[in-house]
Amino acid sequence: MLEIKDLKASTGDTPILNGLSLTVKAGEVHAIMGPNGSGKSTLAQVIAGHEDYVVTEGSVEYKGRDLLELAPEERAREGIFLGFQYPVEIPGVNNAYLLKAALNAKRKHHGVDEVDAFEFLKLAREKMALLGMDPKFLNRGVNEGFSGGEKKRNEILQLAMLEPELAILDETDSGLDIDALKAVAQGVNALRSPDRAIVLVTHYQRLLDYVEPDVVHVLSGGKILRSGDKSLALELEEKGYDWVREAANA
Amino acid sequence: MTTETENIESLVNRRYEHGFVTDIDSDSLPPGLDEDVVRAISARKEEPEFMLEWRLRAYRLWLEMREPTWAHVHYPPIDFNEISYFSAPKSDKDRPKSLDEVDPKLLETYDKLGIPLHERARLAGVAVDAVFDSVSVATTFKEKLSEAGVIFCSFSEAVKNHPELVQKYLGTVVPQRDNFYAALNSAVFSDGSFVYVPKGVRCPMELSTYFRINAANTGQFERTLIVADEGSHVSYLEGCTAPMRDENQLHAAVVELVALEGAEIKYSTVQNWYPGDENGKGGIFNFVTKRGDCRGANSKISWTQVETGSAITWKYPSCILRGDNSVGEFYSVAVANNFQQADTGTKMIHIGRNTRSTIVSKGISAGRAQNAYRGLVRVMPQARDARNHTQCDSLLIGKDCGAHTFPYMEIKNPSARVEHEATTSKISANQLFYCRQRGISEQGSLQGITHGICRRSAESAQRQPRRRRRLGTVNA
Repeated sequence: MLEIKDLKASTGDTPILNGLSLTVKAGEVHAIMGPNGSGKSTLAQVIAGHEDYVVTEGSVEYKGRDLLELAPEERAREGIFLGFQYPVEIPGVNNAYLLKAALNAKRKHHGVDEVDAFEFLKLAREKMALLGMDPKFLNRGVNEGFSGGEKKRNEILQLAMLEPELAILDETDSGLDIDALKAVAQGVNALRSPDRAIVLVTHYQRLLDYVEPDVVHVLSGGKILRSGDKSLALELEEKGYDWVREAANA
Repeated sequence: MTTETENIESLVNRRYEHGFVTDIDSDSLPPGLDEDVVRAISARKEEPEFMLEWRLRAYRLWLEMREPTWAHVHYPPIDFNEISYFSAPKSDKDRPKSLDEVDPKLLETYDKLGIPLHERARLAGVAVDAVFDSVSVATTFKEKLSEAGVIFCSFSEAVKNHPELVQKYLGTVVPQRDNFYAALNSAVFSDGSFVYVPKGVRCPMELSTYFRINAANTGQFERTLIVADEGSHVSYLEGCTAPMRDENQLHAAVVELVALEGAEIKYSTVQNWYPGDENGKGGIFNFVTKRGDCRGANSKISWTQVETGSAITWKYPSCILRGDNSVGEFYSVAVANNFQQADTGTKMIHIGRNTRSTIVSKGISAGRAQNAYRGLVRVMPQARDARNHTQCDSLLIGKDCGAHTFPYMEIKNPSARVEHEATTSKISANQLFYCRQRGISEQGSLQGITHGICRRSAESAQRQPRRRRRLGTVNA
């Protein structure tokens, strides 16, 4: 589904990704771990198409197409979802409006009838009930005045509504209490299916207790240093990142 | 799959569609300015002696003046001797009586501009006095207007046919020495529009003039004078486009409005001059003096402007509220993008008793543009019970642009009630990206976010009872 080859990307004059390769197949859950500043978030932003990051070398193919040619909204409509590390507040725009616009943009793109207000509300309430969210959420400004946990739950609500084929969750687990973490994990697990892929960018092993990854990668210095199964995450938790770096240099 | 081509860049940055130059033999004076040039302009226009004297006096005053530097705009120094001060289509001597006689190339230009001249004008109910470069070429609906007694003609015609009116009102609102550009305009103005609405007459149609700068290197200096006699009413629309050019073009117009007792003038501007390219090259320098004088009691002057063009705009349509109970209004929407710089606003000078003014200014900046609102509310000692309400809202798109507000208040009468409200909002690149990542087009995202901002500011205005500030005597 996603094929990244020798990707180099920088922001301003600073190179961040230095020849990163990664293959994600449909049905898989990948976890990308790594220390601060290793390029985890940059990778997520590059896949989503943030204009602050410039790809200088390498290629990214998504469903057999050159992803880098597409505008951010086209990538989204083609099924890529980025759960933001820092969801943005958009005052005055209510959550329902954004969700409905996003949902219909995607449906329209795929030639499916757009949902009307009633269908939308029904769908949104279902998903919110599943995630244990208060329906009042819908009428609040997008992330406006939300607590950290509420913002992350809101990302998961959008994820659940949009049902992307490739979901990248950028530290969606950080700063969450145990209940919120479980809600996030539940949302992610509900999405798991043979034709979808999920990439979890995370610092900690904690989320992986609830969402079991197929592959774990360790990112450092803008490259993947090591990949393995879920036991790699446990090993990291125990030994720290230096262990991987040393092993790579050896 | 559908491709979304509507992104902000193509939306705000849409290439200027009116960039073309019509190849008409222009009869221009060589660049440079001295007394002989002023005399030549006046002679070419066959002006009476008083007009020449008036121009020369302005020229001498201008020589003593300096270019103003207080505005929040930056540009390379202008060499006033590199500008040609007169340019007229060659067929000046035998001017066309009807559109059939008009140079077809000129008509083509109008066509490209989409000016509703021919039938379209009638359908739109608009009389167009089209100024092409400096000389008026065709005026429509003159007959219908003259039935009502309304004089609507080019300034040159007014000087010839109604010298007494011109002499009585010219320069009484914007004196020759008012400022550097007004003095320059007074010395070399080429043409413009003249409107006189007699006592008690309600002008039967919206008057409209399209200005268009055409000859290369020719600064254009329009002069517009609108006089609304007692109890009359007139609405005037000015629209502008300019062809694409590499050199910056200077534009220094003067507009004077006079409203006598009980009269009302509504003056609207839609300005869409070439703003320069993405790198800030080219574009029009627009230094304009616009002022209205509510000379009589119960008169009203209302300015409405939509500014989307010009590399640099320096413009403050103002009202002098001389008559008791007179009303001044200023409504402005200014959009600046790329390297555009706009320093615009208004002055409301309260002199009469119980005078009222309203200022509503909305500025939108994108790219590296700088948008400044500069406003003065002055309440003179004799202006009892004057009232002003000012509302300034700025919207920033992206992180490289700026919005600046410079409100000045000079209140010399303790009964004055002056309110000022200002908001600044910003659309960040991250907000846009967030919406787009959810599949919403760039244009849709921009609309949604802007809508949200407007909604919030409307809500907060409802929630709080309007802040009222009562300002005492300020002797600053």
